[in-house]
Amino acid sequence: MTNVLELHGITKRFPGVLANDQICITLREGKILALLGENGAGKSTLMNILYGLYKPDEGKIMVRGKEVDIQGPNDAIAQGIGMVHQHFMLVPVMTVTENVMLGIEPTHNGIFLDKAKVSKRIREISDQYGLEVDPNAYIKDLPVGIQQRVEIIKVLYRHADILILDEPTAVLTPQEVEGLFKIIDTLIKSGKSIIFITHKLKEVLAVADDITVLRLGKVVGSIDPKEASSEILATMMVGRDVNLVVQKEPANPAGAVLVVEDLYVRDERQHMTVQGVSFDVRKGEVLGIAGVQGNGQTELVYALTGLLPTDAGSIQLLGESIRHASPRKILERGVAHIPEDRQRHGLILSFPIHDNMMLCTYYKQPFARGISLQPAPIFSNADELVKQYDVRTPNIYVNAGTLSGGNQQKVIVAREFSRPIELLIASQPTRGLDVGSIEYIHKQIIKKRDEGCGVLVVSSELDEILALSDRIAVMYKGQIMAIVDANTATKEQLGMLMAGVLPSETSNKN
Amino acid sequence: MKTSNREISSETEKRQRISFGVTLLVVGLLIYLIFGLNTQADALATFGLNLSGSQALEVPDLVVPSLAGVYVMAILAVFAGAYQLARGVRNTGWLIGILAFTFVVAFLLWAVQDKSFSLTGMLSSTVVRATPIVLAALCGVISERSAVINIGIEGIMLMAAQTAVITATVSGNLYVGLFFAILMGGLVAALHAYLVIRFKVDQTVSSVAINIFGAGATAFISSRFMQSAGDMLNNSGTFPIISIPVLSKIPVLGPVLFENNLIVYLTIVLVIAMHILLYYTPWGLRTRAVGEHPKAADTLGINVYLMRYVNVILGGMIAGLGGAYFTIGSVGRFDEAMTAGKGFIGLAAMIFGNWNPIGAYTSSLIFGFADSLQVKLQILRIPIPSEFLLMAPYIVTMIILTGVVGRAIPPAADGQPYEK
Amino acid sequence: MTTTATPAPDAGKKENKSSALSQELLIPVLAVLTGLILGALVILASGENPLRAYGALFAGSFGTPGDLIEGIQSYFATGETRLLLRAIYPFTESLVTATPYIFAGLSVALGFRCGLFNIGAEGQFFIGALCSAFVGYSLSGLPMIIHLPLAILGGALGGAVWGMIPGYLKARFGAHEVVNTIMMNWIAFRLSDWLLSGPMKSSGFRPVTQNVLATAELPRFFPEPLRFNLGFFIALLVAYLVYWFLFKTTLGFEIRSVGANPDAAKYAGMNIIRNFVLVMFLAGGLAGLAGSAQVLGVDHWVGQGFSAGYGFDAIAIALLGKSHPAGVVLAALLFGFLRSGATDMQSIARIPIDIISIIQGVVIVFIAAPDIIRWLYRIRAKKAEDTVLTRGWGK
Repeated sequence: MTNVLELHGITKRFPGVLANDQICITLREGKILALLGENGAGKSTLMNILYGLYKPDEGKIMVRGKEVDIQGPNDAIAQGIGMVHQHFMLVPVMTVTENVMLGIEPTHNGIFLDKAKVSKRIREISDQYGLEVDPNAYIKDLPVGIQQRVEIIKVLYRHADILILDEPTAVLTPQEVEGLFKIIDTLIKSGKSIIFITHKLKEVLAVADDITVLRLGKVVGSIDPKEASSEILATMMVGRDVNLVVQKEPANPAGAVLVVEDLYVRDERQHMTVQGVSFDVRKGEVLGIAGVQGNGQTELVYALTGLLPTDAGSIQLLGESIRHASPRKILERGVAHIPEDRQRHGLILSFPIHDNMMLCTYYKQPFARGISLQPAPIFSNADELVKQYDVRTPNIYVNAGTLSGGNQQKVIVAREFSRPIELLIASQPTRGLDVGSIEYIHKQIIKKRDEGCGVLVVSSELDEILALSDRIAVMYKGQIMAIVDANTATKEQLGMLMAGVLPSETSNKN
Repeated sequence: MKTSNREISSETEKRQRISFGVTLLVVGLLIYLIFGLNTQADALATFGLNLSGSQALEVPDLVVPSLAGVYVMAILAVFAGAYQLARGVRNTGWLIGILAFTFVVAFLLWAVQDKSFSLTGMLSSTVVRATPIVLAALCGVISERSAVINIGIEGIMLMAAQTAVITATVSGNLYVGLFFAILMGGLVAALHAYLVIRFKVDQTVSSVAINIFGAGATAFISSRFMQSAGDMLNNSGTFPIISIPVLSKIPVLGPVLFENNLIVYLTIVLVIAMHILLYYTPWGLRTRAVGEHPKAADTLGINVYLMRYVNVILGGMIAGLGGAYFTIGSVGRFDEAMTAGKGFIGLAAMIFGNWNPIGAYTSSLIFGFADSLQVKLQILRIPIPSEFLLMAPYIVTMIILTGVVGRAIPPAADGQPYEK
Repeated sequence: MTTTATPAPDAGKKENKSSALSQELLIPVLAVLTGLILGALVILASGENPLRAYGALFAGSFGTPGDLIEGIQSYFATGETRLLLRAIYPFTESLVTATPYIFAGLSVALGFRCGLFNIGAEGQFFIGALCSAFVGYSLSGLPMIIHLPLAILGGALGGAVWGMIPGYLKARFGAHEVVNTIMMNWIAFRLSDWLLSGPMKSSGFRPVTQNVLATAELPRFFPEPLRFNLGFFIALLVAYLVYWFLFKTTLGFEIRSVGANPDAAKYAGMNIIRNFVLVMFLAGGLAGLAGSAQVLGVDHWVGQGFSAGYGFDAIAIALLGKSHPAGVVLAALLFGFLRSGATDMQSIARIPIDIISIIQGVVIVFIAAPDIIRWLYRIRAKKAEDTVLTRGWGK
């Protein structure tokens, strides 16, 4: 059994952070190595080094026993290393063929592109590995699961036999994940070796031949999947015993806070991404919206918070219609929004923390008298909130951009929770956060629920939905497939719904 | 995300359809009111189709009864409007074309009543006056396709124009002037690229700096050196008109397209060449990828920075050619601020043409038409102050930029510096 | 643009703040210095003596010590003020030249704070000047206390409307304000051409307006030919008002938020459309005030080419002043002195005043790419936040 790839002592420093610290990794030929670690552990940095996008400060890379120098992606490709990125590296307005041939285009007479040749080869690869991709399709028209296969074809077209898959299942339904695993199986059988990067414990146990765990830039250890379990892996990832389940009392729902009926919303490109959605959220309960990213959840939340106009339907908050209300009115009626893109919507990174803490209420007393801002209340408000929510920052005068992801999210939560709210809308609330922050945010959400708020959580992490929700609605292609009781729902059932498959027996549409 | 078949004909679509239809109806009505009521019943508009001194075969003048023509245009507009309200048309481009066509034709018929007007002359003038606009637009296209905004085209053209005339006068050779103009364009663009790519200077700020510097430097040299030494520095002559054999004999089209000077011909060639380059060669594919998703290109081993440098410099060279047009391709001397905003109008043409060369060419022709129309109309002495006619291209630009005439989508990474 | 951190309580922070502030000042100062050195090279290249040229520049901006001494002596000896006035003439002229720059610089700076690039200051200036002139010469029989403010207001309003149009187009349609404001400039020039040779032309052959009435003139402090007037102090007052508006009010907070992150501003309930329109209205108004001050305080009539160069100068001033009212005032004073002296440099040393544009273009580049200055002078960079001003062509 040869080691097709070895990384020895890889070290990489960024200003203020040691991203990789003497990392050693071994990939056996024809096997799948799972690289496990939570957000910020250093996995992506390591893979970027392997693929030539970064240069390591120390360490060496050995391919089939020979040391190699990788200066850029071209070198990596030459060594047979191919990367399937987490965020696809595909140009949406170009076709599959154009994306695949980019950078190594064959030509007629040295001048004109030879697309036919590439299309033919794409079909061959597609057939060989069961990928079912049409070379002439435009990327923007393809569903996410197929786009991922285009990424795989890109890599195979360049004769890669060491494949790096970076968080490949982040955007797939459980059924699509099954499909991916079958493809991985075919790849292994044809002699490829795979590095599988993920933070999902169950997948690791299902698929890996070897497991290496990273934490805070260092290798914590390697373990045989046969001897591992979710608990053991979680502890290795985080370094302490981790509570994988959110403790919560059963819910005590009362009247409805939010009633949505037959809502239609267009996205920024004028496509109808929400198509006739109806549901309600009651006081004192958490309604989770599950679904793979891109099925209309983002636009639904924007519509509820006034950031996107609606085409048809109704939205009622405590009996009043807010469908045409401005974001400010919606805010003032007691809606809090933890946005999906915290740096885009939730904070002004170049403003100090104290300004961000009053971003939504700056025009009200005591922060302003008339149009004049009052510095003293602004500062004391920020001081209190920073203390209360344990935001790690040297003081309240630094810019929000200097905070870590988890602390930025805490600022947003602190701000949103510091006004009286009836409805909390949390969209992907723990994306990209470390485990400690995730636990904290989950606790805060349940706390609000127990205080009598209605809570709407949108997340593409099924585990998070199952942990937090009292009822679960599944969105697929802009519609709600079903709304089920969280206590009795199973992952398989939800997975089917997420893939658009209605159960043959009666659905529990509330 | 691909939308399913369950798409509702939404309120917004309906609103757009109605607004377009109503606009057309209103335009038809305006045509009747403004032009119809102000035209003599028996007036005849004579459109000359021959250009004196041209190789083309002679053809009789086109004589049209003004009032009848105006009525036809009004009816056409109203009909189109009614059709739009009733049925709705997929391609709004057609509607805009009809709108513009009917209005302009009616306007001409009214303006030329009982007078004579050289139609071929105006068309020829359109192509010629469009030339600097096209070149500015092409510069913008190639630069922005790789995601670098360059609003400094005006400054580049000024500097290139001055360089062309000085070097051509001093050397006595127009081709020398052409060479140095193109070189100057490339150099200034290289500076812009360097500032924007290496130092990540805001692309608009860098462009404005180039414009300020260009205006200042050319004015400085002009007043300091050229005004006193006019014959030695500012008297280059211009490229002669070259008639293409056979093709120049075609009536109307001949004089318009095939009797022009070198720079105009080069421009047409460049449009076609750039189109082929962008869409049929590896270079073009990579350029577009760099403009849409530079990270994707980077991960495939393409050097994003190099692509941007080359494209911006190429664009600068094209702008240099555009600058040369003003002096050695047109009047043979340099006057301060002679580019008169053509660099910016070229950008509008680029946007209107959806960032592709052929689209940019068509839009530039429209601007050139407006430009030459305003000149010819002054000759006709119609009762509109010339200053208002001169404003027309700028107003049209602003209307286009609102996007009501179709929303153009720029390359996705346009204007954003690339961080590795 | 970069925002300065608010003062912090502990002493360590104070130290940081003063060193940060000195870095903030150092780069622009060095940028101007380097620009002047480059200007000297250009002067050398065109066959003149840079020292002689800059000497003329300095004398034109400040006056000469010799003249001043002579003037003081003459005053104490004979009670005559003529020589004294002549001595301070260059200095006061520089302040006069700086006055419209303060307004125009504030105009562009305000735009920058909201993420808007107002290149239309020149057109807004001209329209403002014409409106002011119109109110100034056409309303007779009013006391100054009413006529003057009305004329000033007319100018501000004219500029404001001229600025609001591209502001609205940007807010509603996402149309890029850079090209639109430039178009508005050209439209303003053509419009003014027509007005000055037609409806607003005074009798005579030249395309100029009548003189404004005495009741609409900004009061001057010294007898002719000194032109130093109240406009300068109004400019300083307005600069303070803009500072208060931007940093001490809720509206200013909104504007800065929209400039820093329009998505977050929208999320926070701010009305982007209203802010864009408001800012362009105010910015246009400020540029209109610049025209106003020039007409009512200095020339008392408007002619062709009245606004030449102010627009681009304003951009350089706003960038140099880092879009902060205090910085803008300083930068405006600098340019005022430079331009004022440059006219002397042109007549004495025969260097065209366009050299100031050349210096400006270079200075803008240095400000926008501070790394060049840092590299030239071997300065270590502090953590810089050079914001991207534009986001492409539209929404």
